Amino acid sequence: MAETNEMLTLNQICKTFNPGTINEKIALNHLTLHIEKGDFITVIGGNGAGKSTLMNAITGVFQIDSGSIILDGEDITSLSEYKRAKFFGRVFQDPMTGTAPNMEIEENLALAYRRTKSHGLRWRISEKERILYKEALARLDLGLENRMHAMVGLLSGGQRQALTLLMATLERPKMLLLDEHTAALDPKTADKVLHLTDEIVREDQLTTLMVTHNMKNAIEYGNRLIMMHEGNVILDIRGEEKKKLTVEKLLAQFTHASGSEFANDRTLLS
Amino acid sequence: MFDMLLSGICQGFIWAVLSLGVYISYRMLDFADLSCEGAITTGASIAAMLIWRGCNPYLASLLAFIGGCIAGSITGLLHTKLKIPPILAGILTMISLYSINIHIMNIATGKQGTSNLSLLNYKEKTIYATLDQIFHFGKTNASLLLGLIIVAALIAVLYWFFGTEIGSAIRATGTNEKMCRAQGINTDVTKIIGLAASNGLIALSGALLCQYQSYTDVGMGVGSIVIGLASIIIGETLFARAKNFAVKLTGIVVGAVVYRMVVAFVIYSGMPSTDLKLMTAVVVAVALSLPIIKNKLVLSAKKKNTKKEG
Repeated sequence: MAETNEMLTLNQICKTFNPGTINEKIALNHLTLHIEKGDFITVIGGNGAGKSTLMNAITGVFQIDSGSIILDGEDITSLSEYKRAKFFGRVFQDPMTGTAPNMEIEENLALAYRRTKSHGLRWRISEKERILYKEALARLDLGLENRMHAMVGLLSGGQRQALTLLMATLERPKMLLLDEHTAALDPKTADKVLHLTDEIVREDQLTTLMVTHNMKNAIEYGNRLIMMHEGNVILDIRGEEKKKLTVEKLLAQFTHASGSEFANDRTLLS
Repeated sequence: MFDMLLSGICQGFIWAVLSLGVYISYRMLDFADLSCEGAITTGASIAAMLIWRGCNPYLASLLAFIGGCIAGSITGLLHTKLKIPPILAGILTMISLYSINIHIMNIATGKQGTSNLSLLNYKEKTIYATLDQIFHFGKTNASLLLGLIIVAALIAVLYWFFGTEIGSAIRATGTNEKMCRAQGINTDVTKIIGLAASNGLIALSGALLCQYQSYTDVGMGVGSIVIGLASIIIGETLFARAKNFAVKLTGIVVGAVVYRMVVAFVIYSGMPSTDLKLMTAVVVAVALSLPIIKNKLVLSAKKKNTKKEG
């Protein structure tokens, strides 16, 4: 295969939940998306537009009904979730989801450090790693580097999201996937975690897909913005055009592209 | 009375092995695994049958452990591959083991439908007797020493195993499965390994029990999971402040011994032994509901206070 600049290609992917029942829901409808290496894409869309389903389809939480997913030249469409984990760093909306609460901070990091490796009968953490983790934690600027033996369950939501972000990027992933990872945090903490995200993405030059419910954030961060509606991408704005974007322009474009009003209770409130 | 307490301690060490097994499934994997009730009898049946057939008792106990591991893996496969809920997967294994255990005991007697095996004619062939034959310090002392050695060795092995990469992954599976898959852990495999280890220990405890009491019966496992839970709860209450994993495991062992001593005392004071299971169930139910009862008490106290103030 020829050397390309493409990191992820989604070809006509479809997913229908509860097919053939009264609860049938077409979540992804022949969605096609090309993501280039180094892209930092923000994803917005109304309630039930398929943003989270898109994330789950990429990471293999479920198998898609049709279409294909190509990551860096490799077809991963039928790979199981845990096998795809070595390619993706993930942060979830719920701060409880990304970490193991009954385990120490350093134990959580040690698990993340082995995301791309097999688990054997070696000791779970080495002295050399401890130094590495301490440095990485110091980068978060939350004082966690002095609490390596603290149980993660004792941390605040913001601290847990920052730790999850660190865990997702400790071993450089091919892509970083953020699914509304600041939605459950208070505005001040959310801002801090977002800044941290931006810093890590820039420094490590990570290809990133970030779902957000906040239009301002979607415009402020990243080099490309896509808007989803009824299981498909209806807007794809990048480069200079994205830099000139405002919330009003975006809403107008949405109405034009979808033929309906933008409906997302959280977006309208924020 | 003193003899009774000593025998309580001996049996406590044996049930401690089971409790450590239940601890792995119930506390680490968050999996209420009822296959325990069948696996303990499987261990006892395998050990008794092999000793009848002239096998070395140490080897027989090891094979009993492996038999338990296989039983646990089946529960794991039913749950992970066929998506059967934990409780039902455990019940299915438990009920199949009932038939399998009778088949195992049939091998010893060569007759169909053997539902119990006595080791009275093989009393000198158990691990307790062989230890006594070497050191000549009496059966009770031998039982105490052997129990202590086995339990200490198991704590050491479990401390090591759950400190390794794979052990750490098993612990993480019990606390957050979604996170594990996102970190590249095959949670099907970690669950199966955990359940295999758990039921292996439970079967080993059955093997020890049948050699200690020179008897095994197809119904001996009934209520064993409740005894395991009771030991865990007593141990966790006594060692509530323990942070170190080895100390926590020691707590479980102490819990099992304390439980057996209480049982010994209750029987000594005249309660019919058939009421034991009821007593154990009530103790476990009360202990498990303590947090809720506590909350209710705190809430009603608050209500009273606000009424007074109002």
